[in-house]
Amino acid sequence: MELVLNPTTSTQQAVKKVLGVKLQDAKLSLSYLSVSFAALFVGGIMGLLQGLDRSGIMPLPAWLSYYQVLTAHGILMLLVFTSTFVVGYIYAGMSYTLDGLLPKVRRLGWIGFGLMVAGVVMVMTTVAMGDASVLYTFYPPLAASPYFYIGLVLVVLGLWSCSAGVFINYRYWRKLHRGQPTPLFAYFAMGIFVLWFFASIPVAVEVLTLIPWSMGILPTINVMFSRMLFWTFGHTVVNVWYFVAVSAWYVAVPKIIGGKIFSDKLARVVVILLVVLNLPGGFHHMIIDPALSNGVKYLHAYMSMAVAFPSLMTVFAMFAVFERVGRKNGGKGLFGWFKKLPWGDVRFLAPMIGMISFIPGGAGGIINTSFQLDQVVHNTLWVVGHFHLTVAMTAAVTFIGICYWLIPHLTGRVLTPKMNKAGVAATLIWTFGMILLSGSQHLAGLSGDPRRTAYTTYNGSEVAASWDPYELVMGIGAVILLIGLLLQVYNVFHLMFRAPKGNTEFPVAHADDEKSTPMWMERWGLWIVIMLLVIGMAYAVPAVDFIVNAPPGSPPIRTW
Amino acid sequence: MRMHRSEEIWLTVTTAFLVLFLLIGGYLTVQLAMSPPSHRETIDPQKVGQTAPFDNPGVKKIGENEYEVVMTLEAFMFTPGDIEIPAGAKVTFKLTSKDVVHGFEVAKTNINAMVMPGQIQQITQTFDKPGKYLVLCNEYCGGGHQFMSAAITVK
Ligand SMILES: [Cu+2]
Repeated sequence: MELVLNPTTSTQQAVKKVLGVKLQDAKLSLSYLSVSFAALFVGGIMGLLQGLDRSGIMPLPAWLSYYQVLTAHGILMLLVFTSTFVVGYIYAGMSYTLDGLLPKVRRLGWIGFGLMVAGVVMVMTTVAMGDASVLYTFYPPLAASPYFYIGLVLVVLGLWSCSAGVFINYRYWRKLHRGQPTPLFAYFAMGIFVLWFFASIPVAVEVLTLIPWSMGILPTINVMFSRMLFWTFGHTVVNVWYFVAVSAWYVAVPKIIGGKIFSDKLARVVVILLVVLNLPGGFHHMIIDPALSNGVKYLHAYMSMAVAFPSLMTVFAMFAVFERVGRKNGGKGLFGWFKKLPWGDVRFLAPMIGMISFIPGGAGGIINTSFQLDQVVHNTLWVVGHFHLTVAMTAAVTFIGICYWLIPHLTGRVLTPKMNKAGVAATLIWTFGMILLSGSQHLAGLSGDPRRTAYTTYNGSEVAASWDPYELVMGIGAVILLIGLLLQVYNVFHLMFRAPKGNTEFPVAHADDEKSTPMWMERWGLWIVIMLLVIGMAYAVPAVDFIVNAPPGSPPIRTW
Repeated sequence: MRMHRSEEIWLTVTTAFLVLFLLIGGYLTVQLAMSPPSHRETIDPQKVGQTAPFDNPGVKKIGENEYEVVMTLEAFMFTPGDIEIPAGAKVTFKLTSKDVVHGFEVAKTNINAMVMPGQIQQITQTFDKPGKYLVLCNEYCGGGHQFMSAAITVK
């Protein structure tokens, strides 16, 4: 699809465009990205404080609770930074590949923005006031202030508004281009938002019951059922972040390095598999819980492994692209092409590091879900090390790489060689810090060091003392990470307001086979039905069991 | 859909690995009964102190070198908090929570279980090596979570 430079020939209406960017759409995306990096900044400082406290380097002041800081870090990083980045990035890509957002969709995007910001402010205020030290999992019967849950509802409503926007724009483009497959980016956008939307329904149900319960209107809550609803969402949402990173690997990375997409069809099969196979798996977070039969746990443990299949297809496709480009650049022999890749380009380096991190990250995931092995590492720092590899490396470092073309594209600026170097530095410092942090967390966890615990010697226990060296390395890792993070936040600021003006393209690669993509792949109704069937298969029986065989419920409890 | 030969090989080999994982996991679960703690028994979480056997927590000898430990978890303590058993004893822990969600972990062993209000959890372990074992809560349960620990002495 060619880019329309003349504003009056736009398919929709006259939309102001500067160098190919629709100004109004750019403003929306930039607003989301600003919130995203503000959240990363504050969340990063929270992470540093935790690292310093847990390692014993610098205990927190008496007026600040470790668990308050941990709650803020979890919510800001896992929920706010990621969600707002994703909406900003997807809306920008939709605007670019679908020839502008519909005015209606742009409005939905702004409504979503307002709801999310209001919700986040509400949630973070309750956390700051010390009324919601319940961590980002907020397991009942720990009961936060009702405003904490109301804030979460607003965030979910914001997400739904953005989802509606994606679905409407996608349908509109399909109607206008009958018989044509949608651009691959838009196809990814559709998959990501379908998965995200359906995953958010169970947590919305959970939070809506927690509101009257925390206000004292509902005397008790069904603890196991709430926990199931949370993990149906929680397990999937991290895969949504991964899915977003995958979209950039397929669509943008080949273009950046001067290559082609390995196969358009294969990419779309990966999208379908990620949507269909993702939701069943929530119980692999509940492997050592009571009241769940081993049969159900086994089913979920191995169903969540099904996600490995599209991941392995992705590994193959991406490395095929790299090999072709490397050979084209003169790489010889079995692995010579590897050296001929543009390692000095942050737009390639960062997503590549993200991809490479997914190799140990994915392997660790297979271990966590391997049932008996989970019992060894469950709720230890191992798990924290694992999701720092997957979310804070695979997803977040890919997001970092995206910034260096997305932001200049949106602001009508360019990435200078100097800024590219600053980007490479931020990426490498971040990666080094994370290797220390995540590596030591894996090792400490393997020997039993619990997660989500403030500094403690457990009454001078010898075993606990043996964890100290790992925790020290973890603290050092947190310091290095923060340096990388601050540099990244500065770079984002620079790309938004300081970089020289110019035209930066939104990199969209093409595939040789994209004209022959079969139209049945666009049948989202079918994929959604299959997804719902798989969800039903995974959750119907245990959900009914949790309700029918429930013990008397639990009242709200505040223990902090 | 047409695929490259090398891609077919890659996907076949990797999928075979995943299926192998699945089979090993299934074998361990079904044949060797090495399944994670999944006890099913409910209790009124607000009446734990009045419900047997949790009205009388402690260590009970139930067979030759076989013990049962009835234990309650609450913010921020285990009851009993100091347990003594002879080496080689097979111990079954019966656990429940009086308030929020807790975790029951004995460091350097495979004992690791979630303890939920309203549910009775059970886990069994044979303690062969004498020594002092650290029991800790590994699920966040409130402001004093880091102080929630107990000790098992194996003589
Ligand atoms: Cu506890």
